Amino acid sequence: MRAERTVALALSASIAASIGLVIVYVLGGEAQLEGVLLGLSLGGLGVGVTAWAIKLLPARTETEEREELASSDAEEAAAEEDIGGPIEAMSRRKALARLLVGAGGTLLGALAIPALSLGPRPGDSLFRTLWTPGARVVDRDGAPLRPTDLVLESVTTVFPEGEAGSPDSQTLLIKVDPDLLNLPDGRAGWAPDGCVGYSKICTHAGCPVGLYRAESHQLLCPCHQSTFDVLDGAVPSFGPADRPLPQLPLAVDDEGYLIAQGDFPEPVGPGFWNVTTGGGKLMQRHRTVHH
Amino acid sequence: MLRWIDKRLGVAHWARKGLRKIFPDHWSFLLGEIALFCFVILLLTGIFLTLFYRPDAQPVIYNGPYEPLRGQEVSAAYESVMRLSFEVRAGLVMRQIHHWAALVFVGSIVVHMLRVFFTGAFRKPRELNWLVGIGLLLLAMGMGFTGYSLPDDLLSGTGLRIAYSVLLSVPFVGPHLAFLIFGGEFPTEGIISRLFVMHVMLLPALIIGLITAHLLILWRQKHTQFKGPGRTERNVVGKPFWPQQLMKSVGLLLLTGAVLAFMGGLIQINPVWAYGPFDPATVSAPSQPDWYIGWLEGALRLFPPFDLTILGVTVPSPFIPGIILPGVAFGVMAAWPFIEARLTGDSAEHHLLDDPRDTPFRLAVGVAGTLFFVLLTVAGGNDVLAIMFNLSVNQITNVLRLAVFLVPALGGLIAYRIATELRDSRINPLGPDEGVSLKRNSSGGFG
Repeated sequence: MRAERTVALALSASIAASIGLVIVYVLGGEAQLEGVLLGLSLGGLGVGVTAWAIKLLPARTETEEREELASSDAEEAAAEEDIGGPIEAMSRRKALARLLVGAGGTLLGALAIPALSLGPRPGDSLFRTLWTPGARVVDRDGAPLRPTDLVLESVTTVFPEGEAGSPDSQTLLIKVDPDLLNLPDGRAGWAPDGCVGYSKICTHAGCPVGLYRAESHQLLCPCHQSTFDVLDGAVPSFGPADRPLPQLPLAVDDEGYLIAQGDFPEPVGPGFWNVTTGGGKLMQRHRTVHH
Repeated sequence: MLRWIDKRLGVAHWARKGLRKIFPDHWSFLLGEIALFCFVILLLTGIFLTLFYRPDAQPVIYNGPYEPLRGQEVSAAYESVMRLSFEVRAGLVMRQIHHWAALVFVGSIVVHMLRVFFTGAFRKPRELNWLVGIGLLLLAMGMGFTGYSLPDDLLSGTGLRIAYSVLLSVPFVGPHLAFLIFGGEFPTEGIISRLFVMHVMLLPALIIGLITAHLLILWRQKHTQFKGPGRTERNVVGKPFWPQQLMKSVGLLLLTGAVLAFMGGLIQINPVWAYGPFDPATVSAPSQPDWYIGWLEGALRLFPPFDLTILGVTVPSPFIPGIILPGVAFGVMAAWPFIEARLTGDSAEHHLLDDPRDTPFRLAVGVAGTLFFVLLTVAGGNDVLAIMFNLSVNQITNVLRLAVFLVPALGGLIAYRIATELRDSRINPLGPDEGVSLKRNSSGGFG
């Protein structure tokens, strides 16, 4: 009797909630109420059905014997003979059999080739960005920048002029005290007035290196916490990144605006198998670094 | 009605046999069912979402009711998700139920798999179904990842770019592979529609195929059962499928749906409006993937900065944690039934389940493996932990780099020790009460 009342109550609650669901929908909908009412209508029905099964349909425990899964040895042998026999007979014509396998394989290969249409060949695209010698440095809105416009310890995401927003050319422009800079050899004159430019794409897994800790002069990638020392040429000092962020050689043009001397000297972004050795000629062709 | 069908198909015999099929009763046998029911709910809610979603990366100006983004350029895909969330009636609750169901789907598969592992249900003759199950887990993770990326928001874009970088790291073929899959250098316009096709067609078709195989094999081989009175390797003891078991399963389907509906209505998930649209030059911090990808994220975070270069060929540091580690992990999982059979020299059929404590070695391996994944997942949130406990990320990372090996080793040893002691003591804390029962007699003593 109590079980019947439970089932009846649960099923009635379900009906009421379902009606409520329709009303909420008609009145304009509301996500929380819809979730709760749907939960109640499903839940009421679920409780009703389950309680009915457990309390009102008591089933006897029964025992079922397991039959042998495997067929008899004789049957297995017969199947082997039926299926394998003709194959064996076919493979006795050795030349033809090889030709058949060859034809099938060649067809499969030919059919797989169109998969190459899925993407272009990488070519030199991983080795270059849109930075060119003399390209003005602009911010997201396309406005050119002068060193005097920048506040000390400020970070700006910059692009080559006319290419604002270009994903692989995104560069962090940081203005630091020039006396603190300790850049690697050969980079004298790359940071006019203490304006250093580093690729914003992490050399680990390609996230934008979005965080700057001014007090320690470190760039931090929020994805996997790779940390780069800005004063020392963005060499990694913590986290999984192993290569420094490539530095963009900067200069100032006649009107006092920041320009690039050329493209990054190394590929930007996450590594790949020939990141250090590939594109040798390419890299030189694109880089005309003049001091 | 039944007669009408039988006159044409002659199925009465099989129907009776099928409906009398015996289901052994144990709560842990419901875990796989919950996974199946989550999938049903995913299909139903997913069909609804598909009717509103646009797999299109074309930029449009957002003009909807969500004030902070008005006038901003977003992709058509993102805009359609925004419209679904704010303007389509019942759209948001459907989206949230779908996302919660995906998380619970993978979760119930994992817990089901742990049950199968620790009780030895994968042993002969069920190795094939174990492999089908591994395939289902992989497909479920693929479903989750492709679906998570569809809204084209800032967080999912971050996941995609990490996936691209991991592909790029494969020696020799990495750049070609990444360009083929993404259709060029990241970020590409085509990736959204590709993910969409995977998510709504290819992967669900494969999952439905494998679920069918999983259930057919289970039906053919019959269920396993725990040891108990009257239960042998040669029989199955339990309740018949019709009507009680079937009704209980329908009840479980409805209750699973109820829990997911409550969650979808009351617990916010993936608020893409708060993340904002994808922008290649921006990333949010902290950013975490959905839970089942967390272990890969953690592995990427813990791996030391080591771009191995041999003869001019670089192996970038994401390659080992991003490709080798999951390859080995899933390889070992898939091969485990065969590894264990080789180690124990056991080639007999098993239909009675093990009590985990009776197999200390398997228990230790399972505990260690589980802890390894748990710690990697914890590492995937090292920045969140740093904020929570006010520690530096560097300290936490260094501790976890050690802990990811030490804790599983220690946990495995402890599990092994406890299991052997329990087995030798013959006390079974989980089994039926077999202790001596004492009764107080009238004079205060025990008799």
